Amino acid sequence: MQWEIVIGLEVHVQLQTKSKIFSGASTSYGASPNTQACDVSIALPGVLPVMNREAAFLAVKFGLGIDAEINQRSIFARKNYFYPDLPKGYQISQFELPVVGKGKLEIKTSKGCKTIGITRAHLEEDAGKSLHEDFHGMTGIDLNRAGTPLLEIVSEPDMRSAEEAVAYLKQLHMLVRYLGISDGNMQEGSFRCDANVSVRPAGQKELGTRAELKNINSFRFVERAIGIEVERQIEVIEDGGDVVQETRLYDSDLDETRSMRSKEEAHDYRYFPDPDLPTMVLDDSFIESVRASLPELPHLRQTRFVSEFSLNDSDAEKLVHDRDAADYFEAVCNSSAADTKIVANWMNGELNSALNTAGLSIKDSPVNSDRFAELLDRITDNTISGKIAKEVFSLLWDSNKSVDEIIEEKGLKQITDSSAIESIVDQVLAENYDQVAQYKDGNQKVFGFFVGQVMKLSQGKANPKQVNELLRNKLD
Amino acid sequence: MHKKTLREHHQSLKAKDYSSVELTTYFLDRIKNSEDLNAFITVTEDRALMQADQADRTIGSGKMDLLTGIPLAHKDLFCTKDVLTTCGSRILDNFISPYDATAVNKLDAKGMVTLGKTNMDEFAMGSSNETSHFGIVRNPWDKGRVPGGSSGGSAAAVAARLAPVASATDTGGSIRQPAAFCGLTGIKPSYGRVSRYGMIAFASSLDQGGVLGTTAEDCALVLEAMTGFDENDSTSLNLEVPDYGASLRKPLTGRKIGLPKEFFGEGIDGDISASIEEAIRVYERLGATTVEVDLPNSEVGIPCYYVLAPAEASSNLSRFDGVRYGHRAALYEDLNDMYETSRAEGFGAEVKRRIMIGAYVLSSGYYDAYYIKAQKLRRMISNDFSAAFEKCDFILGPTTPATAFGIGEKDDDPVSMYLNDIFTNSANLAGLPAMSLPSGFDSNGLPVGLHLIGKYLDESTILNAAHLYQQQTDWHQRIPGGYE
Amino acid sequence: MSLTPQEITHIARLARLKTNPEEAESYATQLSRIMDLIDQLNSIDTENIEPMSHPQDAALRLRDDEVTKLNLREEFQAIAPECENGLYLVPKVID
Repeated sequence: MQWEIVIGLEVHVQLQTKSKIFSGASTSYGASPNTQACDVSIALPGVLPVMNREAAFLAVKFGLGIDAEINQRSIFARKNYFYPDLPKGYQISQFELPVVGKGKLEIKTSKGCKTIGITRAHLEEDAGKSLHEDFHGMTGIDLNRAGTPLLEIVSEPDMRSAEEAVAYLKQLHMLVRYLGISDGNMQEGSFRCDANVSVRPAGQKELGTRAELKNINSFRFVERAIGIEVERQIEVIEDGGDVVQETRLYDSDLDETRSMRSKEEAHDYRYFPDPDLPTMVLDDSFIESVRASLPELPHLRQTRFVSEFSLNDSDAEKLVHDRDAADYFEAVCNSSAADTKIVANWMNGELNSALNTAGLSIKDSPVNSDRFAELLDRITDNTISGKIAKEVFSLLWDSNKSVDEIIEEKGLKQITDSSAIESIVDQVLAENYDQVAQYKDGNQKVFGFFVGQVMKLSQGKANPKQVNELLRNKLD
Repeated sequence: MHKKTLREHHQSLKAKDYSSVELTTYFLDRIKNSEDLNAFITVTEDRALMQADQADRTIGSGKMDLLTGIPLAHKDLFCTKDVLTTCGSRILDNFISPYDATAVNKLDAKGMVTLGKTNMDEFAMGSSNETSHFGIVRNPWDKGRVPGGSSGGSAAAVAARLAPVASATDTGGSIRQPAAFCGLTGIKPSYGRVSRYGMIAFASSLDQGGVLGTTAEDCALVLEAMTGFDENDSTSLNLEVPDYGASLRKPLTGRKIGLPKEFFGEGIDGDISASIEEAIRVYERLGATTVEVDLPNSEVGIPCYYVLAPAEASSNLSRFDGVRYGHRAALYEDLNDMYETSRAEGFGAEVKRRIMIGAYVLSSGYYDAYYIKAQKLRRMISNDFSAAFEKCDFILGPTTPATAFGIGEKDDDPVSMYLNDIFTNSANLAGLPAMSLPSGFDSNGLPVGLHLIGKYLDESTILNAAHLYQQQTDWHQRIPGGYE
Repeated sequence: MSLTPQEITHIARLARLKTNPEEAESYATQLSRIMDLIDQLNSIDTENIEPMSHPQDAALRLRDDEVTKLNLREEFQAIAPECENGLYLVPKVID
């Protein structure tokens, strides 16, 4: 039988605010346990939530970024359940009226482009963390994270393969970073994904019973977990069984999904509007101020890079993928006379590999866009050759000096004086009589040898173009 | 000293007739001599004397405020820093609050002196103060009877003149019903006037802080000091604090008093009806006129309230889980058992009933039939008031259908206990200001309460009406036997 | 509306309140009487009425995104049942 896979994703994105969604406690990562757990975070008796404007701003920004309906009246609700990392015994979330309504996201896979529907995105608070290292057989609770603002982004069940799911996640990941609403750091839990997976016989209209996969917090795990879960479900059905609606945990060590300990009681979250928080009303001017803050979105920027900087599609796509990289590229192009193609090549080549080796993001690059532009200008105006430029680049990486200072100091300036080059050429030809003879006998390959010798004698500083021309003149 | 109004205390403190320390010591002594009332859970003697000493220095420096140096008691659901704050519950019997409620802060800032924390129904759930983990409170007018609730400790303390005035809270009548039972004046302002930050929540959309005192003027002065915008409470109103004291003396000529026929029907004690009729005649003499108004949906106020308040409470009380503060069971098998046992040990029967009712009406399958239905009725009740206030300036009726009942009388019957709120809880549902003031006594010598409900944000009119009534009557000056 | 002891047991579990069978019986009786009172709600037609969650239909006030809270861990944990290394301790959580 042919099976069709149906996937919907729920992504929790931590919003980049300084303080928590309902209190003035810090949201910074990695602090000592409970030092950022204020009275509201630990739910002392009598404390109350007060909504962070920036969290609303960032949620709306996301909504505008996916072309969604913004609900100018949205409601915070309480989701009631007991868990030690949930200090109030309820999570403040949005249920019936989320701030962001229906929107969409375009993805690209090996099979082409596809639009994935986004059902909704709502604001909620994060829970704390349970630490299971042994405290005399007990669990430790750290509430530093409790109350960190989250945007839960729920997709339609529009994806039909693990590949599409990963493409959607990557696109979403790029978008939230682009919009500056989240750092998207998956290790730190700023971007977390749950997947609803089901299968159905190809052509069947109604959806199969789904399993919710939890704990899939890398792109690779998403692909693996979905693949394994799909196989499992098909096997269950083909063996004559039924898929059970349940939550399953992906275990990356064993590479399997397993049912989470069945709850004694069905979940009954008893949602109701939070009486501590009146309706959130975002007026037109608020929405417009968010709109004014929107950066150019990646797909539009890609199109512009192609037309404005004459890049090909693939280079443009690589560049816009990371907003900081795209900004860097634009800054270099705007202040340098270098060909945009050279800028792109150098960024994708030298700069990228140096950043990767150092484990740095482009924002933290020791060679900022100004110095990078200066370097490429020196290639363009023939001060140095491309090869020498690589040497200058690595010197720039480790110092604060300017490009010109380094070239000057190290005497790396290209020799463009043709009489100086000519004297080196003459010297090489005079010292290599045998090779000259071979060349004259028709061995064209020896030409490269002469170029190499000239470059060597000039310590790489001779302008290669001039060297070529002079050699041809002398030899032919 | 215990018969003076706040203004009189102010004059005496200012004139140095006595110091705040002397005044405070005087009330601390009265508290000690009246322990049988069980009005206090905690008496903060050291702190009170320290605050009084500080107040005396302020007075000495000539920078005193109207309330500087005057003692008061706080209901034990207002968090007070470094002081036991129990909310009348075993689950908080070890909770030393690490912070002050905003209302407490504001009164501290005025230089008032905290005598202690008063007893109350557990989590403010009750109308008799019998649900307190810390024992029943006795009504100073008849120690075999209840003081009302949930602010029963505050009411008994002020009625016995153990404190000149006390803070209290009102979710369905918890200021006004004990005021009525104890012969006091009490006001619950409009929802949003007094910050709820630091007030341990019962039902967040209904809870409101207020004052129990002996006169409308005392209530006005303390309320004004408690009121005001608080950025820590999203439901706090960002409005200027009204000058309640200034409008007390405005003549009532031409004012229209709405008399809802639903408040004058069957089931009201005859002595109470007579007392309210007499009060109406006092108002007519003061130049006001009366008009009949309709509150057609008031009959479902009780069922509506007993859906919404427990629903919110069931969620509000989930934080009491034995993890971060409060009672944790000594013996348990696992995490779930720790929760269930700590909560079963920590909460009393009435609180458990309300948590379960609340969880039930919010649970899947019942939410629309109960919770949403009650919210719709809430709007209808609120709309009824809006319509009534088209025709009148404030509404008048009895605070309760009967006077104080005997201790233990309603033990086995939560439903008949709930009916105590029949006239009071609609003001909470609509968020309106309301007060109770003494208007006489029944044949058993028990106080009767007159209930005034004002327009939204218009505390001034009912305080004004109450004050003028108290210029014509002396019910509010009566002191229970043994406490004169 | 009358509640059975089984329903009581279910609600009590949702609300994390330990109850034994006798308590469930007695709560069933008491809560059924309360629900009878509550059922009077149904005497009134509420068609086309908007539910009311808040006493005023006010809009939510939004706070500036600033860190205003200090670290008060020591004060807060001084009143906690059980803490170690800055963590609140609870019986082992099993997923």
